[in-house]
Amino acid sequence: MNALLHFLPQVWFVILGLFLFLYIMLDGFDLGVGILSLTSSDEKRRSILMTSLGNVWDANETWLVVMAGALFGAFPLAYGTILSALYIPIFMMIFGLIFRAIAFEFREHSDRKTLWNLSFGVGSFLAALGQGFALGSVIEGISVDALGHFTGGMWDWLDWRSILVTLTLIQGYVLIGSTYLILKTEGELQETHFRTAKIAAVTTLVGAILITIVTPVFYVAARERLFSPPLLYVFSAIPLLGVGLVGLLLRSLGRREERTPFVWTILIFLLTFLGLGLIVFPYIIPTEITIYQAAASPSALVFMIIFVGFLIPIMLFYNIYQYVVFRGKVKVVEHD
Amino acid sequence: MLDTVSLSRMQFALTAIFHMLWPVLTTGMAIYLVVVEGLWLKTRNPDYYYHARFWSKLYVLNFGIGVASGLPMEFQFGTNWAPFSEAVGDFFGSILGFEGAMAFMLEAGFLGIMLFGWGRVHPVIHYLATIMVAFGANLSTFWILVANSWLQTPAGGEMVNGKFIVSDYFQAILNPFMVRSVAHMFLATLETSLFVIGGISAWYILKNRNVAFFTRSLQIVLAAAIAVTPLQIFVGHLSAEQVYEYQPTKLAAMEAKWETSPAGQPADWSLLAIPDEKGERNKWELNVPQGLGYILEFKPKLSAPVLGLKEWPRENRPKMVGLIYYSFRIMSGIGFFFAALMGLSAVQWLRGKLVAGAIEQQKLLLLSWIFAAPLGYIAVESGWIVRCVGRQPWAMYNQIRTADAASVIPAETVLGSLLAFAGVYSLLFVMTLYFGSRIIQAGPNLEMALPQLDNAPSVKEEPAELLPDQRPAEANQ
Ligand code: HDD
Ligand code: HEM
Ligand code: HEM
Repeated sequence: MNALLHFLPQVWFVILGLFLFLYIMLDGFDLGVGILSLTSSDEKRRSILMTSLGNVWDANETWLVVMAGALFGAFPLAYGTILSALYIPIFMMIFGLIFRAIAFEFREHSDRKTLWNLSFGVGSFLAALGQGFALGSVIEGISVDALGHFTGGMWDWLDWRSILVTLTLIQGYVLIGSTYLILKTEGELQETHFRTAKIAAVTTLVGAILITIVTPVFYVAARERLFSPPLLYVFSAIPLLGVGLVGLLLRSLGRREERTPFVWTILIFLLTFLGLGLIVFPYIIPTEITIYQAAASPSALVFMIIFVGFLIPIMLFYNIYQYVVFRGKVKVVEHD
Repeated sequence: MLDTVSLSRMQFALTAIFHMLWPVLTTGMAIYLVVVEGLWLKTRNPDYYYHARFWSKLYVLNFGIGVASGLPMEFQFGTNWAPFSEAVGDFFGSILGFEGAMAFMLEAGFLGIMLFGWGRVHPVIHYLATIMVAFGANLSTFWILVANSWLQTPAGGEMVNGKFIVSDYFQAILNPFMVRSVAHMFLATLETSLFVIGGISAWYILKNRNVAFFTRSLQIVLAAAIAVTPLQIFVGHLSAEQVYEYQPTKLAAMEAKWETSPAGQPADWSLLAIPDEKGERNKWELNVPQGLGYILEFKPKLSAPVLGLKEWPRENRPKMVGLIYYSFRIMSGIGFFFAALMGLSAVQWLRGKLVAGAIEQQKLLLLSWIFAAPLGYIAVESGWIVRCVGRQPWAMYNQIRTADAASVIPAETVLGSLLAFAGVYSLLFVMTLYFGSRIIQAGPNLEMALPQLDNAPSVKEEPAELLPDQRPAEANQ
């Protein structure tokens, strides 16, 4: 029984991690493309950027909804505490996502595209900001009482470390957005994104290195866990592997390869994500409440595994199918 | 002056009321799209294909906004109702998780193919995608109604130390309100979209545009309404019965009933009244003698007492009795109006008046259909007001008070987000109307090339070419 009490929350920690990772990867490139659209100067380019996402953004965003629902069911305490502690960044993200979503619907019918372009770009940026701050403050920890209820202030999430995380996340989104566009576009536009990918790869790396240094220095709990074997080896391997992957990414960009940059970027995301998971585990509200304390009752966790668990491969299947149906490039056609 | 709890309540009400506007149309319309696309595959009559294409333009507009406005719903339970989430997460959270994984994902995963897949996949695969989208949408109605019904009639476990511990999940899913509420809501989405489609079709016919084309959609709608409208009144009646049985405070508020009517005696049914909450009475009322017994039990005399609001202390009964009372009357009034409109139209149909050539003369009937177009929304919103406001002061009936359910956060913060929502949602509302009316003004495109039905590949081999500024849905329009 005791083993079960440990095992079930761990399973849900991993499932939630999977949902979050899928979200960050998939909507990450959507948001990255959105942020990039702010820098593109002409209308034709922007419309290509938006077209490249037209049929996928909704499914990608839905992973966030799935993740939130699963968090609510599996760790109700964490769902309430984290979301109310991060009230402002969460609504920042939500309003950002709303602006992005309506840009897709309204731009199509509108004669004044500028407004909706702005809504797309600014919305994506706002959503990334909110997510960055939320991520940053979850890593940093949320102040709670012994029962796990939030005791801090509404602006606790804002400090230089969460700003650092936010900036890095935005760079990461720009990176994965650029490599996605390398896949989806051709010619001059593709060339532009080879360049933005290169810049973003470097800035993301710098951010990641800073975070790697800062985290153990400031977070005692993380330090104690990470600097004792066997985690020490894993934890020291991650930055090395990461630097290696960035090297491979830069090389593939230099060689103007079309697909590999996207693959390397995903691997970089995955690695970073595993690193973060290691820092956070076994807490769900760092650094106070563990997954075991916040978990729903075992029967609820089993019930959800039965209903949600078996759907994961099915969801993945039809999501992939959709990418297969719409594979290929967005064509540039001269309008008259 | 306003405290966090009131502001959070206002925010939830505002977002729910706005969110409701979009999915209520898309869930019903998805079924309509399944029907017309199926008819096309079966009869190969191009008209049905053009119907599928035309209405899906309105569909996608509303769908996108439905998703955008639904997002905050998913997060608000955590941001604004943290203690509530902690208490009910075991069940309520799991259900929202299922809704996401089963319903939203299914919808979103096949939506791309449904909207943009014409010509990329075989029409039969396309049809499957349309079915999946409709199925997903209705599954989401099902799960959210399971969750909400459970808040109305908690079942399958008990409160232990402020947390609801579920002992039997199936009993919780099959809580007393579930079946009838799902049915009532399902019919509501259908009915709303039927009358929207019917109203728009009537508008075209009156304008003398594509008369034959829109006569067809009006006929499809009318055929469905013949079944749906009477059924909805019946299921609505069943809903009222279950309220009578399980939520006497709500029933008393719906009827603005202050004094108890004892068993074994006839009781009046109030048709109109001006409730006075301070004085705990109605300032003025118009009653139907013996009406209540007939409505609840089809008998002049009540077999069980119907309790009046005064039976409960003020803090245990809903406020805003007038709102609940009139919302209920507006909803049922619309239900009967729909049935009457259906009846009249059906008679004209039987008399052969609803065919191109004759239908244009039915001015009054067509005007009534246009008038009916927004009424479904009003009925749905009123129904939800009855259900949610009538449940007060409980967030979970008889278990958790709304006042204890709200997150402890500064009121100014909630006020900020509330104002932002009011602004953004009003924008969404106005914009949907504006762009929706532009789609309607533009009308259907009956020149589009038909997709190849025979020998079409299941999925095209060559990569997709997406042309900028043309979402593929519009590509050949
Ligand atoms: C097109 C929409 C529509 C129409 C015509 C009706 N309703 Fe309704 N009603 C709804 C749409 C709706 C709804 C929005 O779907 C609600 C809110 C929650 C629910 O489950 O259904 C609802 C709730 C609702 C409730 C409250 C249930 C509760 O609080 O738990 C009652 C008692 C009724 N209805 C009764 C009726 C009656 C007697 C009707 C007809 C004569 C009627 N409704 C027509
Ligand atoms: C189906 C899912 C729904 C759930 C689970 C749900 C649940 C809730 C909750 C938790 C609250 C806040 C606490 C409270 O005031 O009791 C609330 C309030 C409210 N909801 Fe619902 N709701 C749902 C759908 C809707 C819809 C679709 C509407 C309107 C169209 C609606 C209208 C309202 C209103 C008006 C309030 C404020 C009531 C008041 O504070 O007096 N709800 N609901
Ligand atoms: C009776 C009330 C409700 C019904 C019938 C309903 C139905 C739907 C449907 C069918 C959609 C898909 C979008 C569309 O078709 O336009 C949707 C979107 C959404 N709804 Fe609601 N909903 C209701 C209330 C709620 C509540 C209370 C929540 C809060 C948990 C919620 C959360 C969402 C979310 C998060 C989305 C976006 C999903 C996505 O990303 O695809 N809904 N709703």
